[in-house]
Amino acid sequence: MTGTFAALGAGLAVIGAGLGIGMVGGKAMEAIARQPEASGDIRSGMIIMAAFIEGAALIAILLSILMA
Amino acid sequence: MKYTKIFVAFLLFALINISFVKGANDGHDHGHDDHHAAFDPGATAIHHISDANVYSILDAVRIPLPMILYSKDKGLEMFSSGKFHAGHHEDGHNSYNGYVLHHGSVHRVADAGFPMEGSVEIEGFSHKEEEVNGKKRDIYFAKYQGKEFRLDARSTMDGGILGGGFTSFIDFSITKNVVSMILVSLLLIWLFRRAAVAYSKNPDKAPSGAQGIIEPILLFIRDDVAIPFIGKKYATFLPFLLSVFFFILGLNLWGQVPFLGSVNVTGSLSVTMVLAILVFILVNVNGNGHYWGHIFWMPGVPVPIKILLACVEVMGLFIKPLTLMLRLAGNISAGHIAILSFIGLIFIFGKSGESLGGSLVGTAVSIPLTMFMMAIEIIVAFVQAFVFTILTASFIGAATEEHHHDHEHAEGIHH
Repeated sequence: MTGTFAALGAGLAVIGAGLGIGMVGGKAMEAIARQPEASGDIRSGMIIMAAFIEGAALIAILLSILMA
Repeated sequence: MKYTKIFVAFLLFALINISFVKGANDGHDHGHDDHHAAFDPGATAIHHISDANVYSILDAVRIPLPMILYSKDKGLEMFSSGKFHAGHHEDGHNSYNGYVLHHGSVHRVADAGFPMEGSVEIEGFSHKEEEVNGKKRDIYFAKYQGKEFRLDARSTMDGGILGGGFTSFIDFSITKNVVSMILVSLLLIWLFRRAAVAYSKNPDKAPSGAQGIIEPILLFIRDDVAIPFIGKKYATFLPFLLSVFFFILGLNLWGQVPFLGSVNVTGSLSVTMVLAILVFILVNVNGNGHYWGHIFWMPGVPVPIKILLACVEVMGLFIKPLTLMLRLAGNISAGHIAILSFIGLIFIFGKSGESLGGSLVGTAVSIPLTMFMMAIEIIVAFVQAFVFTILTASFIGAATEEHHHDHEHAEGIHH
């Protein structure tokens, strides 16, 4: 039973991370379309932000593995 | 016509796969425990991404590796893992000095009454679920002369969080992961030596050979990672960034080579933990006054907020390397597990080799999915090496940055 809840927790964490990374990616694409000359800076900023969001999601997933 | 060729190649690949399914099933009668009767994709995936004391290639070639084991009562012991005579599933057929090989990793027989000296033949392994300290654990047993002997797993430093803890022995062996790390390091040294020699011989010529691979990546790390994030002092940290990048990338790609043991080095938490600890030391040793000031006494905010922020920042100090560790291990392991699950479809549809038609359907579904996943994994191999490097560079940059706008802090505009 705890395994089921842990899987649900992992799923919820993924929803959050997916929304966050989607927003970062979408806004970055918009920004690149507006200012193609700044695409390099925007891309590295985008990857860092996505990595931070992923880090938060990974902590949630690790917790759900430990609780299972 | 083009499609006929593809179809024939596909059919051949499927037939090879089915022969593997059959072979895998035939091997089961050799003194194995009952849990292989039903195919368990989760357990199979975990078995294949775990570290092992024997390097298996295609379930056919098994390269023995050196074992270095320490136990309190017997002291340090060194021998080759060939003594275990590993067979299918990396299960050892023989014991050696009270040690046995089960699912690729070494275990020690905990019960007295088992011959602790020399080599005896093991009849098989079994496992039971037992409650230890309120948690369910798989306890393994080795069968010998009709009796079952309880096995101890190797000691791990996780303090029991991930199901390990201190047991009767410690394993310092050169495992599959260690061998892969040594191989990749040697390969990188060879590649960089070649490039360096070429640069010193022909300083003004167009790059060729090894330079062609090294130069674009090296310049990318220098110009797009080190200089923008670290600034003037980039040259001090560039060697570390490049070493980390090429080490992670090399191991990620080495783990992607099909049929070559499919090692999961960068997906192992112990390896990424060491990398993260190195980053933690490097960042905090080089941190300047501004960095520590911003952690313990944030300028430009009221005192209660300063105290609150100090707590958050001190937590952040440890969360940064923790996420570095988890991100790399999680991404690489997840990729390996996804590929293994898709391959597992063959066994699920084929009911572990009972139904040939099912295996065919499973293979037809599995091959495109696996190839798609492997293509994704090559991108992930590059992206994760890059993310690790860029985050390291940004942490170093934040710790060594020179501030020229202290008046802004005083007015509370900045941050």
